[in-house]
Amino acid sequence: MEKDEYNQFYAKLESYGVSRRQFMKYCTFLTATMGLSASLVNDVAEVFASPKQRPPVVWLHFGECTGCSEALLRSSYPFPDRLILETLSLEYHETIMAAAGHQAEENLQNAIKKYDGQFICVVEGAIATKYDGAYGKIGGRTFLEIAREVCPKAAAVICIGSCSSFGGIQAAKPNPGGYQGVGDALGIKTLNISGCPPNPVNFVGTVVNYLLLGKLPALDEKGRPVFAYGQTIHDQCPRRSYFEMGEFVEEFGSQEAALGYCLYKMGCKGPETYNNCPIAKFNDGTNWPVEAGHPCIGCSEPDFWDQMTPFFEEL
Amino acid sequence: MGQRVTIDPITRIEGHLRIEVEVEGGKVVNAWSSAQMFRGIEIILQGRDPRDAPLFTQRSCGVCTYTHYLSSVRAVEAAIGVKIPENARIIRNLLHGAQFQHDHIVHFYHLHALDWVDVVSALQADPAKTAVLADNVSDSPMGGTDYFRQVQQRLQTFVDSGQLGPLNNGYWGHPAYRLPPEANLMASAHYIEALRLQAKTARMHAIFGAKNPHLQTLVAGGVTSIRDMSPERIMKFLSLWQETQDFVEKVYIPDLLAVASFYKDWGAIGGTSNFLCWGDLPQGETEPDSHFLPRGVIMKRDLAGLKMADHEKVAEDVVRAWYENGPAKHPFKGETKPQHGDYEPDKGKYSWFKAPRYEGEPCEVGPLARALVSYASGVKEFKDVIDSVLQQLDIPVEALFSTLGRTAARGIETLIIGRKMEGWIMELVENIKNGDTKTYQPWDMPDKGMGYGLNDVARGALGHWIEIEDKKIKNYQYVVPSTWNLGPRCENGKLGPVEEALIGTPVADPKRPIEVLRTVHSFDPCIACGVHVIDPHSNEVYKIRAL
Repeated sequence: MEKDEYNQFYAKLESYGVSRRQFMKYCTFLTATMGLSASLVNDVAEVFASPKQRPPVVWLHFGECTGCSEALLRSSYPFPDRLILETLSLEYHETIMAAAGHQAEENLQNAIKKYDGQFICVVEGAIATKYDGAYGKIGGRTFLEIAREVCPKAAAVICIGSCSSFGGIQAAKPNPGGYQGVGDALGIKTLNISGCPPNPVNFVGTVVNYLLLGKLPALDEKGRPVFAYGQTIHDQCPRRSYFEMGEFVEEFGSQEAALGYCLYKMGCKGPETYNNCPIAKFNDGTNWPVEAGHPCIGCSEPDFWDQMTPFFEEL
Repeated sequence: MGQRVTIDPITRIEGHLRIEVEVEGGKVVNAWSSAQMFRGIEIILQGRDPRDAPLFTQRSCGVCTYTHYLSSVRAVEAAIGVKIPENARIIRNLLHGAQFQHDHIVHFYHLHALDWVDVVSALQADPAKTAVLADNVSDSPMGGTDYFRQVQQRLQTFVDSGQLGPLNNGYWGHPAYRLPPEANLMASAHYIEALRLQAKTARMHAIFGAKNPHLQTLVAGGVTSIRDMSPERIMKFLSLWQETQDFVEKVYIPDLLAVASFYKDWGAIGGTSNFLCWGDLPQGETEPDSHFLPRGVIMKRDLAGLKMADHEKVAEDVVRAWYENGPAKHPFKGETKPQHGDYEPDKGKYSWFKAPRYEGEPCEVGPLARALVSYASGVKEFKDVIDSVLQQLDIPVEALFSTLGRTAARGIETLIIGRKMEGWIMELVENIKNGDTKTYQPWDMPDKGMGYGLNDVARGALGHWIEIEDKKIKNYQYVVPSTWNLGPRCENGKLGPVEEALIGTPVADPKRPIEVLRTVHSFDPCIACGVHVIDPHSNEVYKIRAL
């Protein structure tokens, strides 16, 4: 980008109430979260500064609670208005879009035709497979039919949240609707940003990675970006030294709880959970469960509703 | 027979909803509301550890992320018989207050506003005139010709890019849009401001609740965030609350009044008859006497006939819902089995929602029900603000029974509950000053227990019921606001509230039924919350106790 363009961009940013310093701080944070070299900070900045065409995104909602959409709207870097107006082109997103009914369906059809092979398909929610998918329908079509039509046409399928990644809560035993994650339901490979809900920074980081390097980030064997899910909560936990010293909380509200001791004996699933919560934290870095005195429930692991429960029993 | 118009998906809501109406002579003469998804969380809960129930039920909804969490933990506490400490009560109220603020701001600006505000028309506005308009309606610091010119330019750039994204295919230019371009620009600017503000409002949840959505701090017996009761955290909470409340007082309410003044005829459209509140926001230990939001029921719009609400009078009907048939039963006596089938609105089954009834009658729940019950109960804060709003809009009290009234009531309670929050923060500070930092009351899990929590949350009356046996969940169920509001017909053929509300709604263009969306959205539907099922095996009569 030329110097003039940069200056124009920053003038524009400031008119939105974002200083150049805040913006670069954000890009640095995002670059570090993605595990990229600090020399790439300016390239990351450029992704936000000058998209030639905003990447088209088709966001599908299936069996879910909309918590992942809400999580993305809590993004502070960039703020959600920038994400929607200047960074992405949300071609279809039921919670936000103005159109309804057949006009909404028309938007979906137009987008997958116009951007065939180019759009990012984000899926929130699991797919009901029992009874030919009868437990979930949109516009008279089952989740399964819609996913089968849309997902293969996408450049990439990003599953946001543990429901689309692995089935989530509705797939917990006895899974009355036969719900499955998108990869299992369709037999395709998906990129999984798991978590219930995931931290929006991990979604934004993945998309920026794609825009910056033209490819998706490196994934672990569960389809999760290594930059976010490469280490356990336990290994990154600021309370780790208490674990090593054998200093544990054994009752909520106790003196040990007030001192911030390790929550392992309260049922913390941090040792078996891969995620960057202790580093990235939530809501503009405000807090995360262990800091709020609550054990980790392992929400970014497959089948955690069955594998990690009872939540308040020691691993 | 009139023309059938189907809207599916209904967008700008949580979840999957289909609305069908029959239009004759330019008006809706019949309506059907159909929930299009079933998840079955209550079945999944059976046999699990009761302590886990709040975390499971919380995942009913990520929009009202705190409400099931709170209701569930209250039900569990009632079943095990533990009373939470003062600080836990206050922190829970603060989190609940922040939920009301967040939910209602997002609903007004991001889920509902585009039914009244034509964003495309904003491009024609004169920024200088918009600044004058904004100055006239509020003393918000955001404004001025430059500010509105920049917002307009930003929208123009977006439109010029040819990538219209979420604005694509809206009902722009529809004759039912009545705001002048300047009012459309002002509201569009505030849509963007609110998008940014809500991220900050949600940070209040992170302070005492770890994160938002899906907070992680409630446990049976209290809250875990003992270390977050620090001066630094409380100050941060106070400043986020202040920023949100300023927005409510100086932007949300003025916008609401400004927009409403162009749509006063909607004070005679979209009304229902009966209203139910369980009440909430306990100011002390007793329930419901200490509730700031009172419990009560109003039938046939008779405010003077306000009665105390009793959960024993609730029954759920499944004759028109995709469950095996049986008589309408109290939630605790229910025998329900999912039975997926064809969509048959005329005679058969057509929704995954059941049809809750109070003494056999459908009831509207939510902000309007709370405003009416609070008004009829003589709660001063509500009476003052409601009277002032009616006076400013120059409309009679009867106009509250409407789509306009419902949308106004949501803003009114945001203002009132927000104002209460400051006092709660100070109460917490006082306790800490006096050396009381207790946030948790220990307890032992009984072999058996039953309990329920009756609550009033952003979308309305919410009840959770639990039965514990052998220290495990034997039966769990909830009756939620959106089942009350958006449920189908019952065996007696009585329409659900949204179905009743839609009758008489004008529809200028059946291909673009924006008027239908206005009334449906005014209920703030949440479908994921409402699709649930109860224990298919038990049909016992339970004795229940409330905390």
